[in-house]
Amino acid sequence: MKCAVVVFPGSNCDRDCAVAIERSTGERPQMVWHGESALPDKLDLIVLPGGFSYGDYLRCGAMAALSPVMAPVIEAARRGVAVVGVCNGFQVLCEAGMLPGALLRNAALKYVCKPVALRIENGRTRFTAGFGERRDAVMTVGNGEGNYFADEDTLDRLEGDGRVVFRYLDNPNGSSRGVAGIVNDHGNVLGIMPHPDRAFEPELGSADGAILFQSIAASA
Amino acid sequence: MKVRVEVFLKPGVLDVQGKAIEGALHGLGFADVAEVRVGKTIAFDLAEEPRDKAEARVRSMCERLLANMVIEGYRLEIAP
Repeated sequence: MKCAVVVFPGSNCDRDCAVAIERSTGERPQMVWHGESALPDKLDLIVLPGGFSYGDYLRCGAMAALSPVMAPVIEAARRGVAVVGVCNGFQVLCEAGMLPGALLRNAALKYVCKPVALRIENGRTRFTAGFGERRDAVMTVGNGEGNYFADEDTLDRLEGDGRVVFRYLDNPNGSSRGVAGIVNDHGNVLGIMPHPDRAFEPELGSADGAILFQSIAASA
Repeated sequence: MKVRVEVFLKPGVLDVQGKAIEGALHGLGFADVAEVRVGKTIAFDLAEEPRDKAEARVRSMCERLLANMVIEGYRLEIAP
């Protein structure tokens, strides 16, 4: 699997993602600065990491979505390359129009940072196939604006099409219908608020994030 | 030209900051305060041009960057 992790000014989970992917799959990702207007050739996975790109100015992810690197990211996604946006990366995917909806400030106005139990609602995606028959996972959230919002019609469509991939068992931030992770209509772009990169070996409390990266590697 | 853009969450989108401020104002004794909404103002200068042209450009700025049309609406004022 050939993988790139995009680094925006203010990203702070880029190296976590790189370590998590390398430990989970044995593949060392290339780090790509947001100002690049081209990506390495023949990528199988592009990761938009967590953090506070551009200081969260204006809206989380708004400025990052207009970074030069996003044009080739959008183009690669169109060709079917797997793209995962974690936390701030999920916000960037929504701001870039690659996923529907938006992420609002948490309903309780608090930053939440803790392991959360998730239900895997769709185990047939390239991101979840490695979980087999398992329908539960634990990963860590760390967000102040992780409250997923979309209008009712969009939510119905996402649910109907199996595009709600991860759902919180105990909603930590007020997300509509407990949404924790969704995919695009082609199933190759995943936005996920909990961090697989903070849950990739048992010492971290959960190794379920490793399964997500291994699933992508297996589909590459 | 002087441009002022106000961006607010759309009606129906939960404004948790507005709710917190409303609660605090009630705590100060302003019991009749209701429907507090928090927005932001973005002000900037633009080169002189016909108003309709300027307005079209500012709307494009709003819809491409200044507001997220999934959750927000905007109002604009343009003064010579």
